[in-house]
Amino acid sequence: MASGVKPRVKAPKKAEAGEVVTIKTLISHKMESGQRKDKEGNIIPRSIINRFTCDFNGKNVIDVTLEPAISTNPYFEFEATIPEAGELKFTWYDDDGSVYDEAKNVAIG
Amino acid sequence: MKFKAMTAIAALAVSAPALLLADADDDTLIVNGEIEMITKAPAPEHLSGVLDEIVSGWHMRSDETQVMQADDFDNPGMIYTEQALDDWNAVNGTKGKSCASCHGDVEESMKGVRAVYPKWNDSKEKVYTMEMQINDCLTDGMGADAWKKSGAQMAAMEALISVQSRGMPMNVAIDGPAEATWEWGKELYYTRTGQLDLSCASCHEENYGNHIRSDHLSQGQTNGFPVYRLKNAKLTTVHGRFKGCVRDTRAETYSPGSDEFVALELYVASRGNGLSVEGPSVRN
Amino acid sequence: MDFTRRETLALGAGAAALTVLPFRVHAAADEAIAAFTGGADVADGGVTLTAPEIAENGNTVPISVDAEGAVSILVLASGNPTPGVATFNFGELAGSQMASTRIRLAGTQDVVAVAKMADGSFAKASSTVKVTIGGCGG
Repeated sequence: MASGVKPRVKAPKKAEAGEVVTIKTLISHKMESGQRKDKEGNIIPRSIINRFTCDFNGKNVIDVTLEPAISTNPYFEFEATIPEAGELKFTWYDDDGSVYDEAKNVAIG
Repeated sequence: MKFKAMTAIAALAVSAPALLLADADDDTLIVNGEIEMITKAPAPEHLSGVLDEIVSGWHMRSDETQVMQADDFDNPGMIYTEQALDDWNAVNGTKGKSCASCHGDVEESMKGVRAVYPKWNDSKEKVYTMEMQINDCLTDGMGADAWKKSGAQMAAMEALISVQSRGMPMNVAIDGPAEATWEWGKELYYTRTGQLDLSCASCHEENYGNHIRSDHLSQGQTNGFPVYRLKNAKLTTVHGRFKGCVRDTRAETYSPGSDEFVALELYVASRGNGLSVEGPSVRN
Repeated sequence: MDFTRRETLALGAGAAALTVLPFRVHAAADEAIAAFTGGADVADGGVTLTAPEIAENGNTVPISVDAEGAVSILVLASGNPTPGVATFNFGELAGSQMASTRIRLAGTQDVVAVAKMADGSFAKASSTVKVTIGGCGG
């Protein structure tokens, strides 16, 4: 696991049934592009988050493929439809095989 | 604020391109819709005849960069405050203590601290930066190893402490026992260095608002430090920035934590007395 | 990428002119688009790409894409060493076909968004982002 990786999510705790809500996510990750060289001139190997997904009660909201051109500390903003009470699940997939996840409950009312 | 800023972006998009806007803009910075920042203020007395108004570097940035600082979720610098909070609560060193063992809740105990640093330390009989105080706490208070001056862990802790004072005006003391250090800092501020023969004043007093190549020069205020720089996507400390500036004059630089940079930090901070603490701010 | 002062002024003077610059991407970006579309025709319009006209630093450039009715949107940076940036696939609970992120641009270049619509058609948009090369900030 890459060190210092911390997911952050901003999502409403409550929504009306069927409401479209805005979600923001950010994860601390250096997103090493594989293009940089170290002091000895050796290429620093690529090490990025390569996929991010958001699901609500098991149904997909967004599924993003990330390339090395995504900035350090990947940030996403998108919208989800909340049909009922339930759980938003966020998952980030690291090149090194690590998986980071975060969940937020959304109530109706 | 978000809405206002987005409107500002839209308005700017149909007016002049950003590169042609030389002076500080007239936007307002309100963080999270609640912390109103003083980003322009009358210059402190000691600058009379030099500057009329002091201006946060936030005004020199593009709308896209400005808006990132208006919301703590959009501000990537806030990630590091969360990491520092782990350090705050972690027991470290031979005495079995954490920062919290002595200082309790960071939100209570550190309120107002950032606004008055650097400040005179009576027992050590010299001007102390926050970094020096943090390292004293680590070594003397906790029996732990000191952190690297201006390193990542230090910058994160400075950000966490700074956040507790956001919105409060900078108010460093320059008289009394700190005066000699302040005078030395002032001398360093006006001393030209490097092959380019530039002093701090050459850029940040005589030419703020102008462009150096494509960079929009600020007054070089320190109220936003530590800053999250888009350039390297991490926090930069005051001394880290000083080092970069002196290097850019093509000079051998002083080191972060050196007596010279401590004196310079006090002097530069005093030039911003009256501007809100913004750290961690977002800059290019 | 080098800009003479005159070119820079010309670009700055006419923001409107930017939108009529010919659509032009590098070969690698063309290949990436072809892989995404399977060689199908790509119409202009139907997708909105929002990006700053001038980025203060190429390392963190905010962009957003929006294409109503899209199943996925491919984003490319035609002037980067490798053009791929991201692909947004919208699921059944997507509240819109909109997404924002922050990207790295190696220099002044066209950013391209290609949307795949639910009916299998494709749409594209591009935007020139001028990346400033800093004095001290950059």
